[in-house]
Amino acid sequence: MTHLIDIKGLSFQRNHRPIFSSVDLTITRGKITAIMGPSGSGKTTLLRLIGGQLIPGQGTITIDGQVIHKLKRRSLYQLRKRMGMLFQSAGLFTHLTVFENVAFPLREHTQLSEAMIRNLVLLKLQMVGLRGARDLMPSELSGGMARRVALARAIALDPELIMYDEPFSGQDPISMAVLVKLVHTLNQSLGLTSIIVSHDVPETLSITDYAYVISDGKVIGRGTAESIKHTDSAQLQQFLQGLPDGPVPFHYPAINIEQDLIGETR
Amino acid sequence: MLNYIASLGRFGMHLIQQYGQAGVLLSRTLLRLPNPRKGFPLVVQQVYAEGVLSLLIIIVSGLFIGMVVGLQGYHTLAKFGASQELGPLVALSVVRELGPVVTALLFAGRAGSAIAAEIGLMKATEQLSSMEMMAVDPLQRVIAPRCWGGFISMPLLTLIFNVTAVYGAYLVGVKWLGLDAGAFWSNMQASVDFNLDVVNGIIKSIAFGFVVTWIAVYQGYYAEPTSAGIANATTRTVVYSSLAVLGLDFVLTTMMIGGW
Repeated sequence: MTHLIDIKGLSFQRNHRPIFSSVDLTITRGKITAIMGPSGSGKTTLLRLIGGQLIPGQGTITIDGQVIHKLKRRSLYQLRKRMGMLFQSAGLFTHLTVFENVAFPLREHTQLSEAMIRNLVLLKLQMVGLRGARDLMPSELSGGMARRVALARAIALDPELIMYDEPFSGQDPISMAVLVKLVHTLNQSLGLTSIIVSHDVPETLSITDYAYVISDGKVIGRGTAESIKHTDSAQLQQFLQGLPDGPVPFHYPAINIEQDLIGETR
Repeated sequence: MLNYIASLGRFGMHLIQQYGQAGVLLSRTLLRLPNPRKGFPLVVQQVYAEGVLSLLIIIVSGLFIGMVVGLQGYHTLAKFGASQELGPLVALSVVRELGPVVTALLFAGRAGSAIAAEIGLMKATEQLSSMEMMAVDPLQRVIAPRCWGGFISMPLLTLIFNVTAVYGAYLVGVKWLGLDAGAFWSNMQASVDFNLDVVNGIIKSIAFGFVVTWIAVYQGYYAEPTSAGIANATTRTVVYSSLAVLGLDFVLTTMMIGGW
């Protein structure tokens, strides 16, 4: 089976507001797949749906042959042990040191000795370049460092699938370059399947094998990085090139500004 | 008129939904069997955080409340020539009512608010979500130890409050106002029944600990993940817990006295 994840006819709404309507997409095993789109287009929601934290209104999400939202709690947790997720805010446990954060999934899910856990944690931290920061608390880390620690924690159990939620946003150029290289290297060296949710177009397209662009609850573009870049769709080009004018309006729907300024109501 | 009825209905539905949600949270938390090897150290940590760290406020409050009750009681009893009955007055007031109720109110303010704020912040910073994605159940790892920590701490804190308050009354009545120490202690011993007074007080404190901790974990777990949401959850924890403790105290007292 070449597809690790198969999403068919996915519809989801929150507070009566549709987020997705009839979305189909597949994630190929062993590849880096990007899911891009403007802010608020539901990219993070899609990751939560894939992770089984949200239940779709309609459609199915199948991961390695299992429909995730129909699994019992025990089976869902077994499946999640094969996944890693890097949250936008890193999600590090603030009362634990960097070392203990990375050791957390190992302590929870394995019976390894302390010596073995120590070695594994140091190896994971070495991969993200933070072996020397093992005794720091999360409050002492920069945003980029926190994400690298979260990445080390996400790969602690050697998952098959890793999901990155906006891994590059708010990073300085050095941290961003390090993270881009790290995501690519991890995917190649560990043979992972990676999903990157991002709106940082050049960085994401530089390492991705296949990309989806979603907007207004639908997939508006799909293909390899090259084919996405050369697509004719005006909506897609506006997003890729960051153009203010185009099919996607910059302004939230409102009445005419002259009427608004003359009017007395707030 | 119809709008008023509709909004009343919505409010009622929302209230029932919240009670249901709180019930489901509690049952999921307590019915899922924890792993003793991992769960026990977490419960001990929470007994420390909720119980040991509340000791200072409990001891200081107990001492002053005992001293005030001793002082007021002495002057009131002296009017009737019954100042020798200060021991029973203080002991019965503290063991039956003041101990469990004041400890629960202080516990709600000190530990309950801390539980709600901590869980709410863990939710807002995606720590609970990341735990779920690591296949670790936040109800077992975060909520259950805090519940058990509260259930265990409250009766112990109440006992400590009772002892401190009685000692405070002893300091005022015997050491300051010159009551006979023998009369103070022997009258107290003769008037206080272990089962009717002490045990009933402890039963109240167990019930209060259960309710306060339940409200705190519920408010924290379902807090809106924003700074205002966490602030509201903390406030609601203290307000709802205080009201619940006072209401429940009346019900329990009525049952214990035999009114029901």
